Amino acid sequence: MSQQVYYEDINVGEVLPPLPKVATTQMLVRWAGAIGDDNPLHYESTFATEQGVGETIVHGSLKRAWLGQLLTDWLGEYGELLKFSCQYRGIDYPRKMKSMSEPQDGETWWCRGKVKRKYEENGYHLVDCRIWVENGKKEKTTIGSAVAALPSRNP
Amino acid sequence: MATSLITDEMKKLVGVPWPSQVYKVEEGAIRRYAQAIDDPNPLYNDAAYAARSKHGRLMCPPGFAGWPEGGERLLGIEVCEAMINAGAPPRPLDGGIEFEFMLPVGAGDTLTETTTITDIHERKTKSGKALFVQAEFVYVNSAGETAMKSAATYIYR
Repeated sequence: MSQQVYYEDINVGEVLPPLPKVATTQMLVRWAGAIGDDNPLHYESTFATEQGVGETIVHGSLKRAWLGQLLTDWLGEYGELLKFSCQYRGIDYPRKMKSMSEPQDGETWWCRGKVKRKYEENGYHLVDCRIWVENGKKEKTTIGSAVAALPSRNP
Repeated sequence: MATSLITDEMKKLVGVPWPSQVYKVEEGAIRRYAQAIDDPNPLYNDAAYAARSKHGRLMCPPGFAGWPEGGERLLGIEVCEAMINAGAPPRPLDGGIEFEFMLPVGAGDTLTETTTITDIHERKTKSGKALFVQAEFVYVNSAGETAMKSAATYIYR
């Protein structure tokens, strides 16, 4: 894991280390199993078409989990996520599989974030961040925000 | 006069908590979650590493609370189906979610999850009228402390 980040190291406007993700039909199956979401919208084409989305779509919750990783990777073991929210503004479609383990060529999604504010409150050293997921066309299909507490070098 | 999407059956669901579910947080479930999203963070994957960390155990990625011990369906899905049975347009989509994290959640925890529909309203969208439903999820640990809360938005069109 990368080095722990401290409150004093952070500047407003700072960009979080971007996180690439590739959604595949296989990742969607693993995700559905991991959280118990058995909605056929994410694994059955006919159902997805009848639901008006054209093809099976990426779970909003999966994109939410990616953004969670964007934050926890940056916050490190001693940072604490206090609030997190996101909205699923655009539909994303997973890459299909070329073989049992390789996806077909296709888009890569990028999870990104920026520090909007840093402040101290009730003894906590806090940062507010804007976070989002960009699809292969650089459209922000998921947008959100987070509040986190960082460790301080001067506690 | 335009017909409202909000039915009387739906209004009866607002403010009434669903039967609670008990979630057990197990190491295998945490690892499965992390592996599903390709997150190699050792706090979620490596029990020996996590034991030496400040938490002393394998931790849940934010928003994960393990699995319902009775193998029940997710309460979010129960909410969706109940709304459709009450007359909501039959094409639901996940609109978004807000979390508040009060206490760390990790392996060995037992959480009781309660869900309540808190708001139903109509809104005009690009593709016509849609129903926006907000549901709150509260997770209380075995010491009676609220560890996590979330508010999810579902869109029916």
